[in-house]
Amino acid sequence: MTARAWNIVGLVVVAVAGLGFLVLTPRLAELDTVLELTVYMVMAILALSLALVWGYGGILCFGQSAFFGLGAYTYAITMFNIGESTVPLLLAIALPAAFAALLGYFVFYGRISDVYLGVITLTVTLILFNSINSTAGPEFHIGSARLGGFNGIPGIPPLNIPGNRTAAIDLEGMFYLATGSLLAAYFGLRLLLVSRFGRIIVGIRENEQRAELLGYDSRAYKLTTFTIGGALAGFAGCLFANWGSFVSPTIFGLSQSAQIIIWVIVGGRGTLIGPIIGCVGIQWLSTVLGANQPSGAGSWANLLGNVPLVLGAVLIAFVLLVPKGLVPTLGDLGMKLLNARLPALPRNPAEPVKSERPESA
Amino acid sequence: MDLIALLAIQVLYAVASLALISVGLAIIFGMMRVINLAHGEFLMLGGYAAIVATSHGVNIWIAILVVAPLVVGGIGMLVERAIIRFLYGRMIDTMLATWGLSLLLVGLTTAVFGNTTVGISAPLGSIQIGAYRTSAYTLFVIAVAGVVLAGIFAVLRWTRLGLIARGTMQNADMAAALGVNPPRVYAVTFGIGAALSGLAGAVLAPVSGVFPTIGVAYVAKSFITVIGGGAAILSGTVSASALFGTINQIATFVTTPVFGEVALLAAAIVLIRILPQGITGRFFRRSL
Repeated sequence: MTARAWNIVGLVVVAVAGLGFLVLTPRLAELDTVLELTVYMVMAILALSLALVWGYGGILCFGQSAFFGLGAYTYAITMFNIGESTVPLLLAIALPAAFAALLGYFVFYGRISDVYLGVITLTVTLILFNSINSTAGPEFHIGSARLGGFNGIPGIPPLNIPGNRTAAIDLEGMFYLATGSLLAAYFGLRLLLVSRFGRIIVGIRENEQRAELLGYDSRAYKLTTFTIGGALAGFAGCLFANWGSFVSPTIFGLSQSAQIIIWVIVGGRGTLIGPIIGCVGIQWLSTVLGANQPSGAGSWANLLGNVPLVLGAVLIAFVLLVPKGLVPTLGDLGMKLLNARLPALPRNPAEPVKSERPESA
Repeated sequence: MDLIALLAIQVLYAVASLALISVGLAIIFGMMRVINLAHGEFLMLGGYAAIVATSHGVNIWIAILVVAPLVVGGIGMLVERAIIRFLYGRMIDTMLATWGLSLLLVGLTTAVFGNTTVGISAPLGSIQIGAYRTSAYTLFVIAVAGVVLAGIFAVLRWTRLGLIARGTMQNADMAAALGVNPPRVYAVTFGIGAALSGLAGAVLAPVSGVFPTIGVAYVAKSFITVIGGGAAILSGTVSASALFGTINQIATFVTTPVFGEVALLAAAIVLIRILPQGITGRFFRRSL
């Protein structure tokens, strides 16, 4: 089969699995499982935003949680002030996008190298965390919404059907919305990546200088990618604020940023399905480890229940041993097995040379 | 007048502590082009080393000035051998691996010491400036920063070790051809950078206390300082610390400490937009 055929098979599999999951889960699973799965879906949207920015755009953003948190806070604050969710939802996408555009202007038009970019995005996130954390007093408020500092903002009203503020979304509706949004984001990004724009950003990732010599302004393309990523992360943040009806500064925090990076690393850069799998897997692992924490200090089980420790070890292990991530590595392995089993298959001369990185999965 | 003197001391302290927490990172980055995201945790470990040593009856000055750098320097060399050396030339992977290390160390210290703040009281009491009082320990921190910077300058400028380090930094292949062993130089450099971070963490421990996630409080500031400073280790650190420390302290004086940090960051981003190579990319280019 050609790469194109594989692509189509992959798309169909994802579509069928996704729709099946969307339709069947609320019918088969308990409500608390549905609730748990909802947050996995929300986080998977966040993972997709970094999969685009880092995996395809080659932009090393260590602060994707800044846009996530900004989206959540924007939704919460405007929701308290307006009470009808259409404008807050749109603002929760627009404001992080605008912030990403502003930050992106400074870093891309300053032509800052990859590594500095990582450090700067990380620093911005930490500063946001510190600033929001310190706004506990009643003097910090925007309109009628108190920022709450390290206490966070509780009791955020849920989304409603546009125009009808009494028709608030329920828990099951939230699941449909999150899963539907994830599927929409996945296929939307797939479309984006096969478009002219998508080809160019991947080209810039592979060789920025060559792309520039061909006449593409890499700064503008990177800025656009970064802004789209910011918008998507902000949207995920809005859903997250809905899910728990609570936000606190920890969603800006270092461990949240690290988690997003770990999802993408574990799943694989340069794929979209990889980070989704990585996200769900790591979230599930964190839940299991955190839930099974036994009492009694000093035991080995206690160390395993220590989520940052385990995540740190996972990150180090993947960087050292599986730097490409699970999905590309397994894909390569599968290809190898397939090729070993079918040695006599004549190679189609028209078939394009297999690229080093799988463009899609 | 007294207020101005006090503010001057505060500014000087801000600059000194910024230089102190950044210089270990600057050495590792300047020499080896490795961005160590576990830098904040090295500072944290320095603080814990000093506190544990003090509580076991070691003299507080020895705990801060000797034990902490030795312990963290040892940990640094261990880390270099176990993780970093496999990743030379892969800058982004090094960042990711050290980030993993940072999480791991936070988890480990939480498991061992618990998630509470421990501290040692600052020695030296206070001094009187006109109508105001300030901690004499502030002056000690400034002095330590001065001595450390002067020491690094002396080592780099006048010793054989410094010569080898500078040579390896400029051209590792050529240095190897002349009989230097670059992996050993890297291991030692990483150890020294870690030791200085440990020292900084220990020196600041009586001021801020120590808890497992304290690295977060340091790491952003020190990265911004190193990047703002640019390629030259010493003049970069000093000039960026002077600039950012002053901005931070004055903004803190006018508003609150948190918005002082925001001002620091905003200044840093604007600076990097204007001078992408850092201060020493444009000025003091041929300095150490």
